[in-house]
Amino acid sequence: MEKTLKKFAGKLIKAKLGSRSGPGRPLMGGLDDKIVWNRKAEETKILEPVFQGLHINSLAFLRPGEPYQSLISFLAEKALKTGRAITPKDCETRTFLHELPVIDELSPDKIIGILKNRKTVIVASNNRDPGDLGPAVIAHGAVSPEQGFVTISSVCFACFIKFFTDYLEALQKGTATDEEHALFDMAAPGLTPGRKKMPGLMKGPFQTEEEVYSAVAEAGLKTVEYGLVDSYFGNVSYLWNHTLYISQTGSSLDELSGCIDPVPLDGSTSAGITASSELSAHMETILKTDCRAILHGHPKFSVILSMDCDPIEKEACRFSDQCHIKCPKNRWVCGIPIVPGEVGTGPLGLCNTLPRALEGSSSAIVYGHGLFTLGRNDFSQAFADLLKVENACKRLYFEKVGRLRNPL
Amino acid sequence: MIFGWTGRILHIDMTTQKIEVETPDLEAYTRYIGGKGMGGRYLRPMAHLPWDHPDMVVSIFSGPLCGTISPTSGRAHLVSKSPLTGLTGDSSVGGKFATRLKQAGWDGMVIKGRCSHPVGIEIRDSRIEFRDATDLWGMDTGEVHRRLSPGRASLAAVGPAAENGVKYGSMVVDRHFVAGRSGLGTCLANKNIKYLRVDGTGRCTVKTPEKLKRARENILRLTAASPVLMGRFGFTCLGTGAVFDLMDNRRMMPTDNFRRTRFEPASQLNAAGYAKQYAPKKHGCLGCHILCKKIGQQNGRAVTLPEFETMSHFTALIGCMDTDLVIKANEICNRYGMDTISAASTLACRREILGMDYTSKAVLSLLEDIALQRGEGKDLGLGAAAYARKMGRPETAMAVKGMELPAYDPRGAYGMALGYALSTRGGCHLRAYPISHEIFRKPVATDRFSFSGKARIIKIAEDLNTMVDCLTACKFIFFAAGLEEYAQAFEAVTGIETSAQDLLKKGEAIYYNERIINALNGFDASDDDLPARFFTEPGSGGHKIMIPPINREEFLSARKKYYTIRGLDSNGLPLEEKAKALGLVWKKP
Repeated sequence: MEKTLKKFAGKLIKAKLGSRSGPGRPLMGGLDDKIVWNRKAEETKILEPVFQGLHINSLAFLRPGEPYQSLISFLAEKALKTGRAITPKDCETRTFLHELPVIDELSPDKIIGILKNRKTVIVASNNRDPGDLGPAVIAHGAVSPEQGFVTISSVCFACFIKFFTDYLEALQKGTATDEEHALFDMAAPGLTPGRKKMPGLMKGPFQTEEEVYSAVAEAGLKTVEYGLVDSYFGNVSYLWNHTLYISQTGSSLDELSGCIDPVPLDGSTSAGITASSELSAHMETILKTDCRAILHGHPKFSVILSMDCDPIEKEACRFSDQCHIKCPKNRWVCGIPIVPGEVGTGPLGLCNTLPRALEGSSSAIVYGHGLFTLGRNDFSQAFADLLKVENACKRLYFEKVGRLRNPL
Repeated sequence: MIFGWTGRILHIDMTTQKIEVETPDLEAYTRYIGGKGMGGRYLRPMAHLPWDHPDMVVSIFSGPLCGTISPTSGRAHLVSKSPLTGLTGDSSVGGKFATRLKQAGWDGMVIKGRCSHPVGIEIRDSRIEFRDATDLWGMDTGEVHRRLSPGRASLAAVGPAAENGVKYGSMVVDRHFVAGRSGLGTCLANKNIKYLRVDGTGRCTVKTPEKLKRARENILRLTAASPVLMGRFGFTCLGTGAVFDLMDNRRMMPTDNFRRTRFEPASQLNAAGYAKQYAPKKHGCLGCHILCKKIGQQNGRAVTLPEFETMSHFTALIGCMDTDLVIKANEICNRYGMDTISAASTLACRREILGMDYTSKAVLSLLEDIALQRGEGKDLGLGAAAYARKMGRPETAMAVKGMELPAYDPRGAYGMALGYALSTRGGCHLRAYPISHEIFRKPVATDRFSFSGKARIIKIAEDLNTMVDCLTACKFIFFAAGLEEYAQAFEAVTGIETSAQDLLKKGEAIYYNERIINALNGFDASDDDLPARFFTEPGSGGHKIMIPPINREEFLSARKKYYTIRGLDSNGLPLEEKAKALGLVWKKP
């Protein structure tokens, strides 16, 4: 258990959500017959009663670093004022977390009160307290500490997306507040600059199954290293010898070794039952195009701009509360098509929309979800496009904000 | 007004053919919820009686979400004492039985006594009739269905196996759905009940329909995102047989009575092969969108395709490689009304003891002998454990507490090993269902070759799955959704404020009640164990996967931790204090 706790605490640091020292050090607790922590901390006094009050086996606690700290703090305070939870509209939150409840103090009863029905709770900052350490995100698991890691990572991602999406919309509507401007001005310069230099990836077409496994694992690892996907979301596949080698469902893209399913295109085996939930979309795309490699990440600004819609048009649209599944318009950002669709294979699933979009474009964005890119023989082009589109979206976002804030 | 429940429970005394109507208060409903919880409520006072005592009860309950738009919530749960194991016996069954029962105005029925002759019980709304079924006795379940032609009504029937006292007799609902495990069909037959026909015209009440709609949307969204359920190779497309290749791939397919874990011809016997050969259509329980039941075509007639366990056990476990045999064995078991897992496992045990391989013909003939209690079938109808004891080779029974193991070799998944050993109904994969995280990677993957953390995982999962059986929902949907979403549905339907953790807490008490019932019947830590083979013999490794024997010390250490976490003593027996804290009564004899 201790090893697992340390591993996922380390992953929060590696993802730049937490830090190695100071209040941002992740705290992870696990319980089998006894509670163990990854480190000593004052907060364990508050969190140990949470273990007693819930049927769980793990807790993760993080005071996120910047920019998440300020963004979450802002959203949490706003939520407390309105008495409602934070409701991001990105795909991950909508599907898995539903909403992000907020409490005003770090107390066992309040934490239990929320976690008995939700996977996570945000503890708002107490800005009046000079010793305040910033907001905290707490998440639990009943199977593994990995659940806490995934949830915290998703919360940070969702809050990032929500703030920047809402801010753009507020500017467009002319309703942005001084507080929002100030937060944007504070957060924007600290954002990691988009990496432009491509990693050296294996050259295809690949000749052996071993090469395929290595190339898929490498593409996944680099996608995480470049910050183009969070926690364990995203997926990668490669077609070789009439078989699609695809990352497994719930696998971390930076740890794909042993987590790649070979799925024969002829459907002769169902071993692909553990493959990514986007298997159908990958297979359809492979059949519709002459590409062998597919890469899917959740780069933040691609996701943010996929949700950018003219507020006047949006207000008039009869599907304005169902954009993610029913957006009736043909939309593009930086020349890349944006399609609606939910995770998986339902009637409103992205497997019905994405492959068609990728027939005519080597990249496509799924609304509020992420970016899919293709490579003919290997992952080089797919990775280059992932990076290029995200950098272009980031640039465009800031240009839009600039124009709206400083109209000519 | 009560929402979610009808507020009425039907009590039937078969000896006098009298009925009584119980109207429990809301407190009873909120404590026992429905399904398995309600069944345990009525079994507990009878726990000391033998399974075939006239006063022993058999209960069948729906749940509060049944008959509403809450997804996959229309299952029925049977509870009694198991003839096979002497433990608390229960079984969940699909079809439309529970929905019709609830529409008829009943949350469930509790049956005691024994009729002097075979009868059928016919329920239409508040009208209850006992029909002489002497002419149907001895008839297989398919023929009973054809004769009674229930139409919109739901029909549950037992077959000759149960009538003849086979210890693993089943109850077959609406032709295709089987309450297989624990031998509860035999309990009904012992009361001289041949069939139950139920129809109702009422509607199930929902407190806040809008809220329920939102809960439903959340659940559907999660199932759509689940490769196991709705994916291209998931249960919707291929049925539960979709698991077959995975078990082969993970080297944990029980082969030759669990002497090996790899069956070389497996790739020719998989679900894709069945799909090609029998062109199945989707079919499922009322109120389910997953539709995992597959009905195929063979020579112009409809055949129910086997579930995963049946596919695996009637091939790898008994050393046969004929899909036609599987189809026929499945059909015979369903027609005669007996559990396929127990039947196949008992045959596998026989094969090991006698050292004789089977032909397809021999397997089918033996199945008939079991059902009709002819010749060798009399011993085989006792189940693997009793059969092996009788043959002087108890070590060859691959069973826990007398119930035969399903098609997941525990050497390939240690949570499953612990789950099997600790299950309150014997060798059962569904009590803790660790395949979810050990194989399907949901909600996240765990190390299948480690006991680390598994004691608490198993305990929590048992509580969760208990609640699933109280809500009479389908366990499969919990590969995708969770109690978080179902608590929302429960709250919407009943109007009672609740949370996922509240439901888990109730599940804990209901499960603990089962430990009490088992303790009252003399079960202790010596029964919470696996067959010795798993600790001494390796499985069939390969493809970089090693399947060593399970380390017994690690297993015992995890079991000890489980006892602590569950609130049991070191011998696996309940504690007075813990029972009291859960609102239960237990005094150590």
